[in-house]
Amino acid sequence: MSDNLTLPAQQGSADASSPSPETLLTVEGLTKHFPIYGGFPIRRKVGAVQAVDGVDLSVGVGESVGLVGESGCGKSTTGRLITRLLEPTAGRITYAGQDITHATRRQLAPVRSEIQMIFQDPYSSLNPRQTVGTIIKSPMEVNGIEPAGGREKKVRELLELVGLNPEHYNRFPHEFSGGQRQRIGVARALALNPKLIIADEPVSALDVSIQAQVVNLLQKVQDELGIAFVFIAHDLAIVRHFSQRIAVMYLGKVVEVGDRDSIYNRPRHPYTHALLSAVPEVEIDAEEDSRERIRLSGDVPSPIHPPSGCRFRTRCWKAQDKCATEEPPLVQISGNRGGHLTACHFPEDPTTEDRGEDIVLDPALAALEDDAAK
Amino acid sequence: MPEQPYEPEGAIAGTGMGGAMDLGASEAVTLEKTPGGPDGTGPAEKPRSLWSDAWRDLRRNPVFILSALVILFLVFISLWPGAITSGSPLTCDLAKAQQGSGPGAPFGYNGQGCNVYTRTVYGARTSVTVGVLATLGVAVLGSVLGGLAGFFGRSWDSLLSRTTDIFFAIPVVLGGLVLLSVVTSNTVWPVIGFMVLLGWPQISRIARGSVITAKQNDYVQAARALGASNSRLLLRHIAPNAVAPVIVVATIALGTYIALEATLSYLGVGLKPPSVSWGIDISAASPYIRNAPHALLWPSGALAITVLAFIMLGDAVRDALDPKLR
Repeated sequence: MSDNLTLPAQQGSADASSPSPETLLTVEGLTKHFPIYGGFPIRRKVGAVQAVDGVDLSVGVGESVGLVGESGCGKSTTGRLITRLLEPTAGRITYAGQDITHATRRQLAPVRSEIQMIFQDPYSSLNPRQTVGTIIKSPMEVNGIEPAGGREKKVRELLELVGLNPEHYNRFPHEFSGGQRQRIGVARALALNPKLIIADEPVSALDVSIQAQVVNLLQKVQDELGIAFVFIAHDLAIVRHFSQRIAVMYLGKVVEVGDRDSIYNRPRHPYTHALLSAVPEVEIDAEEDSRERIRLSGDVPSPIHPPSGCRFRTRCWKAQDKCATEEPPLVQISGNRGGHLTACHFPEDPTTEDRGEDIVLDPALAALEDDAAK
Repeated sequence: MPEQPYEPEGAIAGTGMGGAMDLGASEAVTLEKTPGGPDGTGPAEKPRSLWSDAWRDLRRNPVFILSALVILFLVFISLWPGAITSGSPLTCDLAKAQQGSGPGAPFGYNGQGCNVYTRTVYGARTSVTVGVLATLGVAVLGSVLGGLAGFFGRSWDSLLSRTTDIFFAIPVVLGGLVLLSVVTSNTVWPVIGFMVLLGWPQISRIARGSVITAKQNDYVQAARALGASNSRLLLRHIAPNAVAPVIVVATIALGTYIALEATLSYLGVGLKPPSVSWGIDISAASPYIRNAPHALLWPSGALAITVLAFIMLGDAVRDALDPKLR
């Protein structure tokens, strides 16, 4: 692929990746290292889990940005850093022009009501000792907001908005199913009329039959209320359905970012190719599989000792010496549309068509699959 | 443990409560409740909290009923001992020493000629006072220290954990002999103080652990993301979800404190005559066990029943609060 020359970054990567007219949230070089302590008799820092290592991201007003990647790639940590549940090690988080990277609780107070979070597990995200009414009311209590008509009326409106019976005001969370609980979580997130919602795998803990309900609810909320979303998920189909722009993460870094069509139909990063090829397809073409198949081997490397250079090189079929020594920058490479950034020295062709021959990094796994097919 | 009687209604209460802690269970029960379904239009619903569910369980538990009745009776006679005995525990007649049961003295007389029945009734007051106050002190001190250490973590936690280790290394009876032998006051307060001093690390460990478990829940993170203050997190979200184990352990510990008071009084470092305590009576009666066993058996029996009642109560409360143990 010698014709795929890497262009130098002409502008700040954060700017380049935001085609949306008005930027709401900007994340630059966001880093979170969790220290590891050990040693005896005096405990000292012996290393760090580099959960998030230099993530650049931007979210426009009313835009939905999907954050995808394997388990343990730092998606959720990124979400929790943006909501400031975790303290960033380095980098900058700017919300509506205001630097909130290290803001204290008091300084954050005005922003808190605008950034809300929806959690993955609807069972642990609702206090079992509080009624639904108390749970949804608490954001208003904490932030001293008194809506017109009173808090209770607002709670009933919110319950209705998320498709729950307002009469269930006095019930406890354990009286609801998983999908209903997640709606309660959505209602709580909406209580303060936020501008940005971080949805941390909001449907992955739900039954498949319920997932669609919740996704449709979120979409309705986004359309009607114009709320921007950072939608963290590992289900590529749902992200494709929900997000206008998608960032692919691998081992604490964004490896590719672009609009929905670029990522799903014209991916350049080998990891994105591998990820997309792993999506199960409902329509099976009996004559010939029209999509490429990539089978990676091994696990994601340890974030304690990430590989040098490109972090994907240990599982990449195109890796060369350069990948080990030089870290590829996240830039717009030739052949990409505007706003489509890829961090790769040797990008793939922008297609997901079948490449004639499967890429198999783990022959044993492939043999097993073939046996099963026979 | 006695078997829980199976009742369909109880089963629903059980799974509902399982929803609070073992959350998977409630799914099956509540799935058919569709939003806006007919159930919402019914009469006003009574909120079902963990405590109301636990109370429903307890009401049906014979162990709880029996132990609660014993404890209520003990509390009653320690408040109004005159209601069931007319004599004074300090009125003794050496002429009647070691006599068996007689009129006005169904339990007979001890070595000093005191009415064993009257003394046993009056001894309940000491035991209940020491047990309740020591438990309150231990529970408050232990849960505050343990809860704060668990919540704030870091060096506070290390400091508290090492301190509790030190206290755990002190042998209770030996410590009591050393510390209480220098005390001259003949009231329950030094005994209670000693129990609080040595008892709080037990509760603080439990409180610390359950606070650490509770604070990792997403609903605490959610409240934090809303900008809730530390005190709100602790009081509204963590404490209500962490208090159950503390209550259970404290209830069981109450029985052991009563036994410890008797032990210390028996050894002569707890309460001393002329105070009235089962431990003192057991100690005084033990030399005459062959001539007057009744003087030993009645206070010992009262002590054993009291301790057992509190421990059984604690067990019943634990079963009701933690459905996972069933």
